[in-house]
Amino acid sequence: MMDELRELYQEVILDHGKNPRNFRHPDDANREAKGENPMCGDRFMIYLKLKDGVVEDVAFQGRGCAISTASASMMTEVVKGKTEAEAKALFETFHDLCTKDDHEHGDHGPVDEEAMEKLMVMSGVRQFPVRVKCATLAWHAMNAAIEGQDKASSE
Amino acid sequence: MDTQIADPTLITYDVERVRADFPVLSRTVHDKKGKPGKPLVYLDSAASAQKPRQVIDAMTRFLEEDYSNIHRGVHFLSQTATDQFEAVRGKVARFLNAPSERNIVFTRSATEAVNLVAHSYGRAFLSEGDEVIVSIMEHHANIVPWQLLQADKGVRIKVVPVDDRGVLDLDAYADLLSDRTKLVAITHCSNVLGTVTPAKEIARLAHERGVPVLFDGSQAAVHGVVDVQNIDADFYVMTGHKLYGPTGTGVLYGKYDLLKKMPPYQGGGDMIESVSFEGTTFKLPPARFEAGTPAITEVIGLGAALDYIESLGREAIAAHEHDLLRYATEKLSQVEGVRIIGTAPGKGPILSFTVEGVHPHDVGTIVDQYGVAVRVGRHCAEPLSERFGVGPTARASFALYNTRAEADALVSSVIAVKEFFGA
Ligand SMILES: Cc1ncc(COP(=O)(O)O)c(C=O)c1O
Repeated sequence: MMDELRELYQEVILDHGKNPRNFRHPDDANREAKGENPMCGDRFMIYLKLKDGVVEDVAFQGRGCAISTASASMMTEVVKGKTEAEAKALFETFHDLCTKDDHEHGDHGPVDEEAMEKLMVMSGVRQFPVRVKCATLAWHAMNAAIEGQDKASSE
Repeated sequence: MDTQIADPTLITYDVERVRADFPVLSRTVHDKKGKPGKPLVYLDSAASAQKPRQVIDAMTRFLEEDYSNIHRGVHFLSQTATDQFEAVRGKVARFLNAPSERNIVFTRSATEAVNLVAHSYGRAFLSEGDEVIVSIMEHHANIVPWQLLQADKGVRIKVVPVDDRGVLDLDAYADLLSDRTKLVAITHCSNVLGTVTPAKEIARLAHERGVPVLFDGSQAAVHGVVDVQNIDADFYVMTGHKLYGPTGTGVLYGKYDLLKKMPPYQGGGDMIESVSFEGTTFKLPPARFEAGTPAITEVIGLGAALDYIESLGREAIAAHEHDLLRYATEKLSQVEGVRIIGTAPGKGPILSFTVEGVHPHDVGTIVDQYGVAVRVGRHCAEPLSERFGVGPTARASFALYNTRAEADALVSSVIAVKEFFGA
């Protein structure tokens, strides 16, 4: 059982949780969306700079648990430089990774395999269903920001 | 003949015997491939309490032998079921020391009881500009119904603050009371801080201005003796599932003259005298407020739960829980980086805390792997979590079946959390 904890809280996750990357509010952001989990009080703002369909910059601020903070941090790392379509494909693929067994993963168009490799460390949440929302919170908000909404719709 | 009577304070509370009454407490959690995991350490009774065999058996027996709808039939079973259901009303009345069972309305939950008062009393007797006083430490169940009334009738909500220990600021309360105050709705025990409020004084100050007071007794009724006549409550609400009874049961106590002048909350069967399309007349309280078929079996279960509590003795339970609170507080405070939120003197057995550098959600997941069930989050009291500037917290709550060994398990699991995070 402690193995599962190690699986969930891998070193990379603990590191991103403690020292989140791109934890800032860029001056030139032109999209932002809020991601909120009212049950546990996690609350993030995701900032995007979208230009010509490309995510030129992505950053976040807010407060959350180690899982949601690490996931937000890693999201900013992999989404930066992607086209809108690529970012959405990553979101869908990552969502499958957190919620579904391997054989159930859908085809969401071409995804950055290297990025997915990196995100694999989050797959431990599948063993902790109540924590899936933590792992996907920032992603939902990022997706909402791309779609021009100001907050992630709660599922 | 030995006439010596043992000093009752020397009779020790036999918690192991109590635990044997609760089937779920002997289970393990996180079992893997047939291998037992960790013994369950259930420290989340403030969210909902486990049920003793006596409650489970009473409901099963009722379903197997006496079940029927109530208040409706001339047949044998209906009368038997009605008698048993109504007997629980009497038990609840005695439990709260209400003057009569007429004062007791069954609802689905504490939430529904507050909504009943907000809807019925609130809409009939409050109007624009009138004020309702609540405290900052209310559960959402005692905030949102008043906000709905605010949206509907234009009433205003005034909020009594607490100090850094979580003690209600009585002076501020007295200052908030004015000619505009039409109702006070305050918790009798906070589900986050454990603070027990001075109910009698709160009521006295309100009554000086002729203002009725509702107490949210969802937690208070579990951890001590409540005497609605002594505190002079106008309304008192509680919820059955925290009292070791089933879900789907709640209680509204009301002074009879108030209940009598209140319009119905919901319409339907059982609450009417006669129905015609020219006009319908309503029964007297409590029936007036009990439209439709109630949670009959569950109310029977609630009766068994109250019997169970009385059989252990409410003072004895409170003393046991207080000992656990003191013990756990002392142990947990010794862990570096742990901050306890809510340190009011005489508080109930509720222990909210944070661990420096670790989010409560992560605390909850990790201690759970050690079998320790705590609640994490804002505990349905968002304004309060803002007040203490801590956001979400972890909360351990102690009940009549918990032990010092379980408090130790909590503390060592929190130490494990710190080691895990290197915090
Ligand atoms: C202080 C307090 N009030 C009200 C409630 C609401 O109880 P219920 O959900 O059973 O209506 C709770 C429990 O969640 C509580 O702790």
